[in-house]
Amino acid sequence: MAVINYDSELRRAGAHSTHGWRKLTYLARRHMLGSIGLVIMILFVLAALLADFIARYDPLSVDSLQRLAPPSAQHWLGTDSFGRDVWSRIIHGARISLAVGVGSTLLGSSIGVMVGLASGYLSGWVDLVFQRITDILQALPLLVLALVMTAALGPSLPNVIIAIAIPLIPTVARVIRANTLALRELPFIEAAKSVGMSETRIALRHVLPNTLAPLIVLATAQLGSTILTEASLSFLGLGIPEPYPSWGRMLSESAAEYVRTAPWLVIFPGVAISLAVFGTNLFGDALRDILDPRQRG
Amino acid sequence: MTETTPLLKVTDLVKHYAVRGGVLRRRVGTVHAVDGVSFTVGVGETLGMVGESGCGKSTVARAILRLVEPTSGSIQLNGLDITHLGKADLREHRRSMQIIFQDPFASLNPRMTAGDIVGEPLSVHGLAKGEKKRERVAELFDQVGLRSDQMQNYPHQFSGGQRQRICIARALSLGPDLIVCDEPVSALDVSIQAQVINLLIDLQRRHGFSYLFIAHDLAVVAHISHRVAVMYLGRIVEIAEKAELFANPRHPYTQALLASVPVADPKKKSLKPMIDGDVPSPINPPSGCAFHTRCRYVMDRCKVDTPVLAEAGTKHQVACWLNEGTGRVTIE
Repeated sequence: MAVINYDSELRRAGAHSTHGWRKLTYLARRHMLGSIGLVIMILFVLAALLADFIARYDPLSVDSLQRLAPPSAQHWLGTDSFGRDVWSRIIHGARISLAVGVGSTLLGSSIGVMVGLASGYLSGWVDLVFQRITDILQALPLLVLALVMTAALGPSLPNVIIAIAIPLIPTVARVIRANTLALRELPFIEAAKSVGMSETRIALRHVLPNTLAPLIVLATAQLGSTILTEASLSFLGLGIPEPYPSWGRMLSESAAEYVRTAPWLVIFPGVAISLAVFGTNLFGDALRDILDPRQRG
Repeated sequence: MTETTPLLKVTDLVKHYAVRGGVLRRRVGTVHAVDGVSFTVGVGETLGMVGESGCGKSTVARAILRLVEPTSGSIQLNGLDITHLGKADLREHRRSMQIIFQDPFASLNPRMTAGDIVGEPLSVHGLAKGEKKRERVAELFDQVGLRSDQMQNYPHQFSGGQRQRICIARALSLGPDLIVCDEPVSALDVSIQAQVINLLIDLQRRHGFSYLFIAHDLAVVAHISHRVAVMYLGRIVEIAEKAELFANPRHPYTQALLASVPVADPKKKSLKPMIDGDVPSPINPPSGCAFHTRCRYVMDRCKVDTPVLAEAGTKHQVACWLNEGTGRVTIE
């Protein structure tokens, strides 16, 4: 009967290595789906960064001779009703999705962190006020709130980022607040106080670093939903204005009219959106498992 | 151990917590965590403080360090009343008092290296920077029996005893006069306990600071303390020199505590437990002497009048009506 030595098996697999390539390959093998998500995300980022080299055509240039051309060697994913190359537009659209996704996640998370830290650490009436505002924001769904915001601010890239960032604040603030409340009671915070540290220093040096793991997890998970919200906003005509290529707008332009005659106009932007969201979600899930196993489920 | 100028003088310290309930969060009760505690700690002295969990030992510790605001009473350190010091003044005085906590796992920031943890108080008070700070931290590491090459390690890479040594080094870094030890060895293995206790004693000999040493383990307290105070439900019921207290316990609660210490001799029959039941809730502490619900010598008077600490021999104070005039109580 074969005796399995678990320890040596784990060691061989790289479970015990604390850093370096072995640890990475070990994690990649443990979290297959997460690695797929990471690869999708990397491709997505590369597409956004290198759009000018990959795109083949100017995403804005109109070619009236090539209107609604089906996918071919010349136009890999076909052309739209203005004769613009769909492949180029999707590649350039990645830029906008990435800018909106990363921008609004960063903006929303940083404000959320500040609100959550202040709320949890100062407590009292500060907490009360922040929490009631958070309640109001959370009562409205992300999309509805973003819709109202863009309608009020007007459609432009910075406005879309702001509009999507604001609904993110409550979730981040709640997570950070809960963490801060738990951390505040730990002896190392009391030790910091008894040394005579200022409250700000304690909050930034001792509380914040210990809430980073759940924050990273949360931010990654939200990246997908911000990309989706941008697409939805653009689909509804409130996102990135014409003629810039946004995946959501590409869908809305063609969905009604061309879904039968030129299905590539609907399928490919849809696939792009799904892939991006799918990738970030897969990666976010794996990241959560790795960084914060307690939050599983 | 000069009697004239105590390093720490605590007078009538009271800490009540409000219990709030209902929709309007109205005050529905009061937790009498600490209910009028007075004691002194001399220079270079160790005062042991024992009592069951929930008797207010830790609250006393935290109130002295102004980590919780006392409801009333005063705390004097080096003759200066620090009870109502403002933020800036308090910051200065925090240098003279430090605390070591029970749980060495939770009392170190997991995201900082051991060296940074020990060195941080130095930067907060602007005492040392750069290379000088590094040298000082290395020196502190050496003093508590850690290797200076362990400065780059994170708390989770240390054992429980080593972590407690890091906590001690952090407490030492500011050169305090008083170190409050809140059950510093309760979370450690017995073999490690002795090492840490001996380290604490050794450091005291070298630096001459005082300890307020809180524990529930009488053997540990007996080993390190010069004097011992016994707490029950927010009050000190007996305080005396160590030898006197262990030889001559006057309060029925102290007697019960001493009788319950296990003896490492299988042939020796353990005494009948002199105390049973649980500590009453500090939300509605019993009237009169708080111990009367569990005391075997309870008299009618105990249920009405609260006894105060009174002299009962040389440097021996006890709060019990049995000691009024009649002298000591005997164990049957």
